[in-house]
Amino acid sequence: MARIIVVTSGKGGVGKTTTSAAIAMGLAKKGHKTAVIDFDVGLRNLDLIMGCERRVVYDFVNVINQEASLNQALIRDKNCNLLYILPASQTRDKEALSQEGVGRVLDELKKDFKYIVCDSPAGIEKGAHLAMYFADDAFVVTNPEVSSVRDSDRMLGILASKSRRAEQNEEPIKEYLLLTRYSPERVKLGEMLSVDDVQDILSLHLLGVIPESKSVLNSSNSGIPVILDEKSDAGQAYADIVARYLGENRPHRFIDDKKGFFSKLFGSK
Amino acid sequence: MSLDSHKTPTMPHALEFKSSTFSVPVLVLSSVDLGIIEQQLQEKIKLAPEFFRNSPLVLDLQEINKQGLGINIEELTGIIRKAGLFPVGVRGGNVQQNKQALELLIPVYSVHKGGVTAENKKQKTITPAPVPEQKTDTDIGIGETTLITQPIRSGQRIYAAGDLIILAQVSAGAEIMAEGNIHVYNTLRGRALAGVRGNTEARIFCIDLQAELISIAGNYKVSEDLDDTVRNKPVQIYLQDQALIIKDIVQPH
Ligand SMILES: Nc1ncnc2c1ncn2[C@@H]1O[C@H](COP(=O)(O)OP(=O)(O)OP(=O)(O)O)[C@@H](O)[C@H]1O
Ligand SMILES: [Mg+2]
Repeated sequence: MARIIVVTSGKGGVGKTTTSAAIAMGLAKKGHKTAVIDFDVGLRNLDLIMGCERRVVYDFVNVINQEASLNQALIRDKNCNLLYILPASQTRDKEALSQEGVGRVLDELKKDFKYIVCDSPAGIEKGAHLAMYFADDAFVVTNPEVSSVRDSDRMLGILASKSRRAEQNEEPIKEYLLLTRYSPERVKLGEMLSVDDVQDILSLHLLGVIPESKSVLNSSNSGIPVILDEKSDAGQAYADIVARYLGENRPHRFIDDKKGFFSKLFGSK
Repeated sequence: MSLDSHKTPTMPHALEFKSSTFSVPVLVLSSVDLGIIEQQLQEKIKLAPEFFRNSPLVLDLQEINKQGLGINIEELTGIIRKAGLFPVGVRGGNVQQNKQALELLIPVYSVHKGGVTAENKKQKTITPAPVPEQKTDTDIGIGETTLITQPIRSGQRIYAAGDLIILAQVSAGAEIMAEGNIHVYNTLRGRALAGVRGNTEARIFCIDLQAELISIAGNYKVSEDLDDTVRNKPVQIYLQDQALIIKDIVQPH
């Protein structure tokens, strides 16, 4: 059974596209055929982070409008042959997406793929709504600051009430917290919320903490998802997240500022 | 009741009349000073902006007409629209007011017994008790207890016609309303309004009080009014002589 994962946040610039690229690659590397879709119509970012911007011929909107077939529009990743990218259109706006059209494309993808990762645009408007509407799982990307946490909370409310699963009274979307750009030093200085603070406000299952890391920018500049930078802390954090999502039991890392401190299991206060 | 249009074989079925009941907030006016009305209206809205945003509103003119005071409907509806509400009806108006309302394409309703009574308002009350229409996420039958096990998130609104029991947290930016009591067996960070139709016996109970606003039958306190002796504690909140009492739930009272 295919699963649709939405990577969402409400607030902009928190790391959704970085996360979408990383986990899509991670899932594909684990042997699952995966597609990642850029819902940020009009901005187009994912193809840059995936390093396939020069191979874009057709896009998501073309497929929705049936101007191109899925096979024509999907771009096979250069690093992993189980990973495909469906880029966003730069020349349209979000109005070009329709619920019916998105549903049709996702249904077609479900026949062939194990995981479909939807990179949501910021906000709670149409694009973000369509990105989450058909989801089975939601990765709620949150930065350790009050406004991001508040927006995530708002998005969780929308997931719980406005999704297809909610509307059809099915089992709710499974929600996971991904705390990104975490800096234990700044938490210590009181400049950022701690993991516990965020957990206290959102009370959500923590899938992982991704540290603030230079490797993220380096990777996106070279068009390679950071998860492939296996030496980097952010790359390892994303690898942990993929493994936990697939059911492996891995202790949380990158929560404390002591280097090499591996064993702090989250939740045991 | 439904009055189906007569179907012809060539015409697709395009419409149907149905009778349906909506609950709409009623604004009971007791002053004709438009300046004061505007100011107090804005104050009320500030307390629950999400609740009032784009809300339909029926204007009740009974009180002011009883006192023989006149009011200009056009100016009044202007103020209401400016406040972000939609006047969708007038009731208790005199012949001239009704005529003016109709000219402004606002329907005129008759006053029927058993409706909302125009109580005299005290300071620090939210009146009229807002009655929900389809805008709330959940809207449940009269007198029943509503049990919710999922968190109520920022931006969500819950309305219960009876008692409301919530086992999960209520986030900041969420709003829960009940005609009866409210129990939150978790952290209450949002707005909680019990006895919203005027039940002064209603109470609010919560395990951890961090609310943005608490209100019983329109008597409210905002977060700023809560001092440290009750904050972050399990408390019950009730009305005594029109004053909100917040007490540690475990203490005898
Ligand atoms: N863990 C991290 N460490 C350092 N920088 C990061 C991290 N995660 C993301 N960033 C940086 O933050 C910026 C925003 O990231 P990204 O584009 O992934 O966010 P987004 O949520 O998709 O934004 P938008 O809402 O605009 O779509 C980028 O410059 C990215 O390099
Ligand atoms: Mg993005």
